[in-house]
Amino acid sequence: MSYARAHPLWLAFVLHRVSGLALALFLPLHFWVLSLALTRPERLDQFLGFTEQPVVKLAEFGLIFLLAVHMFGGLRLMAMEWLPWSAPQKTLAAGAVGVAVLISGTFFLQVV
Amino acid sequence: MLDLRLYMLQRITALIMAPLTLGHIAVMIYAVQGGLTAAEILGRTQGSAFWFLFYGSFVLAVSVHAAIGLRVILHEMAGLKGRSLSVVSWGIAAVLLAMGTQALVAVTWPGGAS
Amino acid sequence: MEPVTSQESALDGQGGTLEVSVWRGTSQGGGYQRFEVPALENQTILDVVSWIQQYVDATLTYRFACRVGMCGSCAMMVNGQPRWTCRTHVKKVLKAGKVQIGPLRNLPVIKDLAADMDPFFDKWVAAGGAHAPSATRDDPIPPVDPEDAIRVEASAGIECINCSICYAACDTVAGNPDYLGPAALQRAWTLLNDAKHDARDQILDAVSGAGGCHNCHSMGSCTTFCPNDLDPMSAIAGLKRETTRAFFRKGRR
Repeated sequence: MSYARAHPLWLAFVLHRVSGLALALFLPLHFWVLSLALTRPERLDQFLGFTEQPVVKLAEFGLIFLLAVHMFGGLRLMAMEWLPWSAPQKTLAAGAVGVAVLISGTFFLQVV
Repeated sequence: MLDLRLYMLQRITALIMAPLTLGHIAVMIYAVQGGLTAAEILGRTQGSAFWFLFYGSFVLAVSVHAAIGLRVILHEMAGLKGRSLSVVSWGIAAVLLAMGTQALVAVTWPGGAS
Repeated sequence: MEPVTSQESALDGQGGTLEVSVWRGTSQGGGYQRFEVPALENQTILDVVSWIQQYVDATLTYRFACRVGMCGSCAMMVNGQPRWTCRTHVKKVLKAGKVQIGPLRNLPVIKDLAADMDPFFDKWVAAGGAHAPSATRDDPIPPVDPEDAIRVEASAGIECINCSICYAACDTVAGNPDYLGPAALQRAWTLLNDAKHDARDQILDAVSGAGGCHNCHSMGSCTTFCPNDLDPMSAIAGLKRETTRAFFRKGRR
């Protein structure tokens, strides 16, 4: 990948790949923490207390942003592939990021 | 490396997850108000057939979807191919499915933790 | 008489000079070699390469034919971007008096600026790009309506000059050498929509394999860099749509 070839749709691709990779790496951790409810409930509460820290809140905001941006980016891809319209690609890519910011922002406002 | 079959599997799991993801985000926004406790989460989800089906299909879809996505990245950026690529990607799917099922049971099975 | 502004005067050092680095070598190895080339008011990258070959180093290897953007043989990497060099003005791409010229990306290098186009054309055929006529010369010629929606899809891709710029621009090709690439897939889409082509199912099979259209990530570098303003990304999306449709049809059977 080279900066020389960077353009809006290419950046949308990079965002989709980076968010997808990050979510895939987060997933095992997420599953492990939840399964504590079964094995060691007191550890789960300990962990949930840890999530009250501002830094963790910020990381949660990041995660939800990644989730939203990956979902809307993916919907954009499927719309482009399967529906017979394709011209306003850049607008859609930008819109996907916008909605993702909106949703994660809502979450952020709720938690602080 | 991605043939029609894997492509369809990737798109179908994506379509299944789109509404689930929106639901998941909505639940999170609602749940985190006033802080999180294990009792609060589990009180809502344990023994609920709805949440079992909701998160059960989520776990199944995301295991397949993430494995195929990682398969593409492993091929394009790490040069893995052929049989080893297939073994690793389906291995990832199996691990995610196992961990996800454990989490699913912990959170939604009646009387799982308490 | 007008003052002489030809190459001769520039040769005398009257005009400025360009700092040009040109790739020398093969796929096995090589490096960029620096040349000073007289700057002219009007010159293309191909002019610069030709000047070096004619006046400095006769062993510089490159490829061109028509010089007017029709044959598709002179594409190279210019400052890291794939371009048709005969239609690329130096002034447009010059960065602080410097320009870097290399062989097309994603292809083996025969020597210097001449890339080996074999993989590109092999994939063209592998994607089902050879025409299979639906009628013989004894049959009446079927009428083709240029306004027909399907024909419009086919016509959108027929101006491809096989320059391989899209192939060089594509990062999916770079990471996945088996991927057929934008040009071959656009050709497949063109034939799929051609009323006079007889092998529709073969095309759908050919683009559904391990290196097929489903590897495309729609990053759109093909469409961004195509010198003829074609849109291979949308053509590949069309193939995904048709193969998906065929997938569900087969499922019902």
